[in-house]
Amino acid sequence: MSLAATVPAVPARRWRPRFGPLWLAAPGFAFLAVFFLLPVAQLLGLSLEDPQTGALSATAYLRLLHVDVYLRVLGITFRIATLTALASLLLGYPLAYWLAQLPDRRRGRMILLVVVPFWTSYLVKTFAWMIVLGRTGLLNRVSAALGGPELDLLHNEAGVLIGMVHAMLPLAVLTMLPVMTGIDRRLGQAAGTLGAAPARSFWLVWFPLSMPGVAAAGLLTFISSLGFFIVPALLGGRHQTMLAQLVIVQIQEMLNWGFAGALAALLLVTALATCWLYDRVFGLSSLSGEPPRRRGGGRGLLRRLGLGLLGLAATASAALAEAVARIAGPGLRRRLLPGYVVLLLVFLVAPTLVVLPIAFTSSHFLEFPPPGYGTHWFEVYLSSPVWISATLRSFGVAFATALIATVIGGLGALALARARARWRGAVFAFFLAPMIVPRIVIAVGLFYLFAKLGLVATNLGLTIGHTVLALPFAFIAVAAVLKSYDWRLNQAAATLGANGLQALRLVTVPLIKGGVVAAFLFAFITSFDELTVAIFVSGGVTTTLPKQMWDDMILQLNPTLAAVSVVVFVVITAVLLGAERLRRSG
Amino acid sequence: MTDAPPRQPKLVVDGLAKSYGPVVALEPTRLDVQPGEFLTLLGPSGSGKTTLLQLIAGLVEPDAGRILIDGRDETRTPVHRRDIGLVFQHYALFPHLTVSENVGFPLRMRGCRARALAERVEAALAMVRLDHLKERFPRELSGGQQQRVALARCFVYQPSVILMDEPLGALDKKLREHMQIEIKRLHRESAATIVYVTHDQEEALALSDRICLMNHARVEQTGVPQEIYAHPRSAFAADFIGLSNIFRGRVERSAEGRPLLATPAGRFLFDGAAPGAEASLVVRPEHLTLEAEPKNGVAAPALNRVAGEVAELVYAGSETRVLIALPDGAVVTVRLAPDAALPRLGQPVTACWRPEAAVLVP
Ligand SMILES: Nc1ncnc2c1ncn2[C@@H]1O[C@H](COP(=O)(O)OP(=O)(O)OP(=O)(O)O)[C@@H](O)[C@H]1O
Ligand SMILES: [Mg+2]
Repeated sequence: MSLAATVPAVPARRWRPRFGPLWLAAPGFAFLAVFFLLPVAQLLGLSLEDPQTGALSATAYLRLLHVDVYLRVLGITFRIATLTALASLLLGYPLAYWLAQLPDRRRGRMILLVVVPFWTSYLVKTFAWMIVLGRTGLLNRVSAALGGPELDLLHNEAGVLIGMVHAMLPLAVLTMLPVMTGIDRRLGQAAGTLGAAPARSFWLVWFPLSMPGVAAAGLLTFISSLGFFIVPALLGGRHQTMLAQLVIVQIQEMLNWGFAGALAALLLVTALATCWLYDRVFGLSSLSGEPPRRRGGGRGLLRRLGLGLLGLAATASAALAEAVARIAGPGLRRRLLPGYVVLLLVFLVAPTLVVLPIAFTSSHFLEFPPPGYGTHWFEVYLSSPVWISATLRSFGVAFATALIATVIGGLGALALARARARWRGAVFAFFLAPMIVPRIVIAVGLFYLFAKLGLVATNLGLTIGHTVLALPFAFIAVAAVLKSYDWRLNQAAATLGANGLQALRLVTVPLIKGGVVAAFLFAFITSFDELTVAIFVSGGVTTTLPKQMWDDMILQLNPTLAAVSVVVFVVITAVLLGAERLRRSG
Repeated sequence: MTDAPPRQPKLVVDGLAKSYGPVVALEPTRLDVQPGEFLTLLGPSGSGKTTLLQLIAGLVEPDAGRILIDGRDETRTPVHRRDIGLVFQHYALFPHLTVSENVGFPLRMRGCRARALAERVEAALAMVRLDHLKERFPRELSGGQQQRVALARCFVYQPSVILMDEPLGALDKKLREHMQIEIKRLHRESAATIVYVTHDQEEALALSDRICLMNHARVEQTGVPQEIYAHPRSAFAADFIGLSNIFRGRVERSAEGRPLLATPAGRFLFDGAAPGAEASLVVRPEHLTLEAEPKNGVAAPALNRVAGEVAELVYAGSETRVLIALPDGAVVTVRLAPDAALPRLGQPVTACWRPEAAVLVP
């Protein structure tokens, strides 16, 4: 045929390396083994060592058990983490439900009201709450103006819970949402045509199908809360000290590695036990939005009990809905949810915006409302060599982190998509592990490792530490687009004469570009906003922006912090909106 | 009602209309369905079939019009209180419930007692021959089995009207034909009134008592299958159901004063009244016969003929189709019996038909 004659044949090669897809995860495996598994294992080892002799010893754990202060801290940590997770689920569920019902385009826009708070720096959010909740803060000003009582909301449990729930709500909503949007709308319609009133259809069909998302959200919020220290340190009092704060004190003030290791082990074991429990009930794979696989127990007593309870809830709420509709008219039910959603979104978004006027205050104090306006505090920020070098370092480290994490995480996601089914669980668990293990444990472990390697207070050390933390985000972002990617396109490319690499470069990468860019940006933000690793690994002259903010917040609140907060907030929001734009145009 | 007709329609769609913004999904539509009837909505993609079904079920609110079931106005009745069953194209089985729980769902919603519920579920599953799979979850079933569960879930509570939206669309041909027989049997045994949606004309012809042909958000023609086939009322109807040769042209008079249609392919006599100044002539392929020898000029007066070259021979088992390319570029299809002598490719041939075999449509 004439056509065949004009097209050069694909050159046959004698030797072609046959890398299985699993090899793509190798860089990630190696990196995490050295900078994640090793330091965490070392830290756990330290907790079992006698500091003098190096012999095996349980002293650290015995001390933990015998000193009441520590037991109390343990109890407080559990209490706050549990309450935070519960409140985040309860408050977040209706919002996620509302978002899930929106048409796709509208949801894409409204979800930004959750995504921006999600990525907003914890430091900025906490700083904002200090302004809002303080004795002379915004809320008390409003209360006084209305002739109300003085509210005591700072440096107590109420303050911590407000701050924690505010910090965890977006995570809860964003974890529940994919499961909810994955629920087939036609199931609700089917329930309707089969005779189920809306309230019953919700409880009997929609609610049970949304459970995997709820459980995943509960898991992630609980684990993240366990290792939290920013909010309790700044919004709580002495009686709200949490485990992670103890770890910091043990390392920074006492240099007691053994005891810090024991505390870290406690955190780690709790986190892993929660995960294990979750895996037993739901299967870890449902974290990635895959349909939950049901174990043998799926047909058991527990399921029957659950269905029975749902039946009761359904009957009760259907009766209630009917009664409400009869008394207040059908309009009320339709307005109830949107009304709630508006209130919750105000709670999510408004506090952060409080830093804006403060940043432009003419006062030397964090008064609200400011007595006058000016750009004085931005001038202070811009003319301070400490702040500027911290800012530049944060940008540089974040950029490097994003680059490395995207490459390693992207390859890992490719491995996940292409590897045999039985390897997938392992790849998935390994790349997500840094998200499950409390950050403080990773940070302290890295500090110990870096101290030996001479990487403390270096940009390289910071970048490595941040890459460990950013990897899961980059991995998930790329894995998400790969899930909907049609691999037959690569087969098509192969039949047209492209080898594996060419197909990857010319077909796969252009099509998943959106996910790769998202991975880069998420990794960037993770690093830009990172404090835990920075507390230990950056020090002296190599401070980062969050670390500098933290030091100032501990030492003395000042309006410069507000100016810096605005800068951080603007940078992160700009990056997010950029990502959103790219996602839409791509 | 004072003077109810002897046979009240089971379902009346009265002037129902729906638009989505500028898109008209359904023009005002009238449709009567008799008790126990199997009516099929047939039409190309986007012609408004699903919309009409959703309106009847109450899943979508109409812009105008009414829905009467047994003479009662049900337009404002919420979905869950209409006595209607709906079978979805992709089954819409509840993934977290077992087969028997899925089938029992509508009974539970109707407050059916546990014992009776179990018995009726059992009976419904036996009817679709799935009683041995009742503890399975939907994802543990094949496509055909899932579809049968969906059917059982619908038939179990004996709704007086059953709507099915392309229920067999996701199945392969073999399974589809099997399920068609199954659905026919269920229809016979339950005596339910069924409105069925498909865009597969063969399926429509095989199942229906009547076909309602839809196009561009309108009902094009309603009638028993034979009637639509033999007397299409539009070129669309002729084209959509069965194969047709369609010639478009102007109505004129012959020298003898007989009406004829002047088309680019020739001037053709026809029977009956012309619907307007312009019209389309529909000739079914089986009404055409081949004359191997073109008899130029000496046309038998009673016949219409077209001459061309054989462009393609399509063997279809029970018949062979001959595609003839006319000089003006049009293609005419002739259906030949399997034992007929076949012309060669490229051979000049003449096809002819009797004027009374053709139908003139607007
Ligand atoms: N929710 C909707 N929003 C906007 N337009 C819609 C919506 N549903 C249907 N349409 C439009 O209404 C028209 C009719 O749609 P419908 O789904 O009824 O077609 P159909 O006959 O069922 O087609 P198919 O055979 O492809 O299922 C189409 O043009 C469709 O785009
Ligand atoms: Mg349709």
